[in-house]
Amino acid sequence: MRRYWPLLVSCLVLVPFGVAAAVPELLSDASPIAIDPVNALLPPGTRHWFGTDQLGRDLFTRVVHGARPSLLIGAGATAAAVVAGGLLGLAAALGGRAADQVVMRVADVLMSLPQLLVALVVIAVLGAGTTNLVLAIAIAFTPGYARVVRAEALVVRGSGYVESAKGLGLRRSVLIVRHILPNAVGPLLVLATVGFGTALIAGSGLGFLGFGTQPPAPEWGAMLAEGRDFLETAWWLGVFPGAAITVTVIAVNVLGRAARGRFAGGKP
Amino acid sequence: MIEVEGLTVAFGRVQVVRDVSFTVAPGECLAVVGESGSGKSVTARALVGLAGPRAHVTARRLAFDGQDLTGLAERDWRAVRGRRIGLILQDALTSLDPLRTVGAEIAESLRTHRVVPRAETGARVRSLLTDVGVPEPERRARQHPHELSGGLRQRALIASVLAAGPRLLVADEPTTALDVTVQAQILELLGALKERGAGLLLISHDLAVVARLADRVAVMKEGAVVEQDTTAQVLSNPQHAYTKSLIAAVPMEPVAIRVSVQATESPATESSATESSAAEGPATASLFAGSPSAASLFVGSPFALQAENVSKRFRAPDGSLRHAVDGVSFHVRMGETLGIVGESGSGKTTAARIALGLIEPDQGRVLLSGRPWSGIPERDRRARRRTIQAVHQDPLSSFDPRYTVERVVAEAAALSGVRGRDRTRRVTELLDQVGLPATVLRRHPRELSGGQRQRVAIARALAPGPDVLVCDEPVSALDVSIQAQILDLLAALRRDLNVAMIFISHDLGVIRQVSDRVAVMKDARVVETGPVGEVFTAPAEPYTKALLAAVPSFPGYTPGHPEKRSATRAALDSASPSAALRSGRS
Amino acid sequence: MRTLLKRLVAGLAVLYGAASLAFLSLHLIPGDPVAILLGPATTASPEVRRQISAELGFDRPLLTQYLGHLGRLASGDLGSSYQLQRPVGWLIADQLGPTVQLAVAAIVVALALALISAITTAGRHPAARALASAWELTAVSLPSYWLGVLLLTAFSFHLRLFPIIGGDGPAALVLPAVTLALPIAGVLAQVLREGLESALAQPFALTARARGLSQTAVRLRHALRHAAGSLATLAGWLVGTLLGGAVLVETVFGRPGLGALTLQAVQNRDMPVVMGVVLVSALTFVVISALVDLLYLAIDPRLRGAVVA
Repeated sequence: MRRYWPLLVSCLVLVPFGVAAAVPELLSDASPIAIDPVNALLPPGTRHWFGTDQLGRDLFTRVVHGARPSLLIGAGATAAAVVAGGLLGLAAALGGRAADQVVMRVADVLMSLPQLLVALVVIAVLGAGTTNLVLAIAIAFTPGYARVVRAEALVVRGSGYVESAKGLGLRRSVLIVRHILPNAVGPLLVLATVGFGTALIAGSGLGFLGFGTQPPAPEWGAMLAEGRDFLETAWWLGVFPGAAITVTVIAVNVLGRAARGRFAGGKP
Repeated sequence: MIEVEGLTVAFGRVQVVRDVSFTVAPGECLAVVGESGSGKSVTARALVGLAGPRAHVTARRLAFDGQDLTGLAERDWRAVRGRRIGLILQDALTSLDPLRTVGAEIAESLRTHRVVPRAETGARVRSLLTDVGVPEPERRARQHPHELSGGLRQRALIASVLAAGPRLLVADEPTTALDVTVQAQILELLGALKERGAGLLLISHDLAVVARLADRVAVMKEGAVVEQDTTAQVLSNPQHAYTKSLIAAVPMEPVAIRVSVQATESPATESSATESSAAEGPATASLFAGSPSAASLFVGSPFALQAENVSKRFRAPDGSLRHAVDGVSFHVRMGETLGIVGESGSGKTTAARIALGLIEPDQGRVLLSGRPWSGIPERDRRARRRTIQAVHQDPLSSFDPRYTVERVVAEAAALSGVRGRDRTRRVTELLDQVGLPATVLRRHPRELSGGQRQRVAIARALAPGPDVLVCDEPVSALDVSIQAQILDLLAALRRDLNVAMIFISHDLGVIRQVSDRVAVMKDARVVETGPVGEVFTAPAEPYTKALLAAVPSFPGYTPGHPEKRSATRAALDSASPSAALRSGRS
Repeated sequence: MRTLLKRLVAGLAVLYGAASLAFLSLHLIPGDPVAILLGPATTASPEVRRQISAELGFDRPLLTQYLGHLGRLASGDLGSSYQLQRPVGWLIADQLGPTVQLAVAAIVVALALALISAITTAGRHPAARALASAWELTAVSLPSYWLGVLLLTAFSFHLRLFPIIGGDGPAALVLPAVTLALPIAGVLAQVLREGLESALAQPFALTARARGLSQTAVRLRHALRHAAGSLATLAGWLVGTLLGGAVLVETVFGRPGLGALTLQAVQNRDMPVVMGVVLVSALTFVVISALVDLLYLAIDPRLRGAVVA
């Protein structure tokens, strides 16, 4: 049981974030965008748990409402990258030499660049905005997934059990669907868990740079950027949105590690 | 020299060594024998205070040359380790730091205990290497472990242990990773050290190795010593049931026909019983050593598999092409077992994979049931694959990690056309045939023991109803008693099902026990082939002779028998100049 | 030699790929490249557009443009910034200094933290390892832009220990370097610790202990070298993280540098500058990877054997 408590805690931590993303009204009935200049820059207290920002908006409400865009950007980018990377990786591993060369050389080029720079190039070409942001992060992360899936599929393809199945006289398509795919997908999902955390950091980072959700809509990265101008007087503006990102990422990473351990334990 | 009384090692609440007592005198060799998990390695490590941070070691008495070692502080242990007691581990490829030169490793021992002045370190390293029989010590000292052959590496490891002059050597499976001819040389070296007055505590699972070197034997089982006596006494007149079962389980003596050992009620009785019943089948044909009728038993049978002059080359890491098999021919008839024997790297496994149709030979052809099996498209091969099945050394890796035992076997059974409810019945039937209870159905192979896993692998191989069974080192990873059970099972199945079997092993005893005919492989070629009795009693090729002579003999126990020694040497010297044999010149 | 040659070819392939990528991203996306260059807010007349197009060669066939693009790059000409009207090469050279300073400082801090953490906790008491793993996990999960904001609030605004914005003394480098280093240190410490633990679990570590060496001596003389090998595989990731992280850290601390230049170029869609930065980071990656490969050969003689033979 002692081994499971970090897992349990991280699940418990993620629940309120999930609720905030799904039904933010449940946690805070105030409006995240209603301006109230009289109560601007109030420190955290009983009325405003996280304080208020320069326009008098309740910071707690904005952090709650910021969960959906922030988490959606991370999740959307991860999902797109996992699917694209998974398909490309499988194509490279099982689709013959030409497919392998094309996919892996392009992946080599993209992976020689910082992920953030790849995302920035995409944004420079396509322009800012939430959809483009998701696309940019997905493109930056795809080669990594493709490479892992390819490697994993090659390991599985060369494994004793695939050889044994081949020795039984099974068709290639049966081999791929029955043995290679399910065994190559496991590590991909583990990786995707940790990858979601990285995508969340990247997405909020681009939001922080001003390329994502445009004000006044709440998004954690953009909120941090706005609060940066008031750090001298209102430290809470720099603390809470970032803490929301960090706590989510830590919890997700704990989950990812547990999944990795479990997966490794399940393998010979 | 060392006195151990009531040694107990516990990890948490589990006692892995219980109340073990023994002594070793100078110039004496005590062997501790047991199967994996018997606690013999932990015992060895406890003697140098390295049983591990979580180990709780207690002893009524643990003394070296009168110095009490119980409750020794770490700092004082360091003065004992290397200086008074040396530890020799299994494979020098991993037991010497792979990133440092051999010379640096030996010098480290010298420096740690300040054996010689700094300036003389180099000279001492060279003289140590010379002492253990490493030629060109200057060049070797500058090389890394991976640049040396297995035998030289092990010698270098021994030199590094000898450097600070320990008087007790603890050798934990010192020859297990080595080929049989190299093993003989290392045993000789250890014997010479013993004669020079070193005490030797030999940890081994191999009774034959023990017979060659030990003066006394302690047999360990589940953490306790169950029997301790002189080697001759233990091997020829074992008292404890477990010792008897260990001796009974040793594969057939390859040269002389083995002495029958009286078995009693013990886990392995079953195996000895089946063995004697197997002796009525064709397997015994080979016992009529030298009789041509042995092989001719199968002459009327149709060919199951023929490989004609097959060659396969692979690209080595350096880019050059190397033959894995080179013009190799062999065949096996229905109901017959062909043994393929050779040392590591001789091309046995490539031959097996060509037979299985997993590798296309570059040249030559393979016929399965008289029809072409090589050089045909995979589409045509697929339907016939079920007629030739394989059992590998490591069965676990051949099972899909997500599959239960039932699914593993059912997938194979489905190919013979059984469906639905019949399939479960068929799977249960197959498991029963290999001696597994139906309770394993829902378990994962990784939860089973090594022997059980191998039985699952055999059940799967049998499921599609094959004509040919290719077994590639199927018992090499198993303890001897389990090994004997699996060999018996294979013999019984072959008799009952009349399948042809290709049995690949590096172990001449095992080959001798299961084969009707044998092919000896060396450096990608078959150097000798014939009925097993003929080849093993009257080998024609020098290499076969050397191979046979190098096998540690058992139970023909002759301590330091002069004739035997010289026979080995003569055979080795007359053998062709192969890298494996003359490991002194890697 | 064979391996080294292979690496050289692979490096050139990456550079060629990056150059092609730059060209592609400007030409194969939907829309008129001139419109992308000018940005959405422009009010340039069709004549002006045509003029720009002709000036930049956009009216010639694609293949000619592509070859011209590669040719100019090969001769070291990265083109000119639309925004700043200066050669991209100069712009990058101007901003390289502060970023290299930041990156080197961050690497030193990260390596020091990782080494201390790994050597003291690898294979030790479970509690020490749990603690190490907790700090590694936290460090890895910290977004650098938030860490920067926190450090700035605490040390500059409240404790007033470090300058707030800009500045170019060593004091101005401390907070940015730590900000950039901490998440990296978390990863390095984790890899180093696992590398040490796997080395200590190998038989040669037992042989060394049985020789009379102390725990610490085995760690420093044997295991560390093995663990360094596992660090080397991270070099590529490290280059990317440092350069990518620099964009954010330079923004948080208002530092000049390559990151600030990139950000400004992306905001203004100043494509020649963006592409220049892409090529420079690809080049950095290739060079560092090659250096690390050589270092790796020096560490592990087993690879050397394969190269010579």
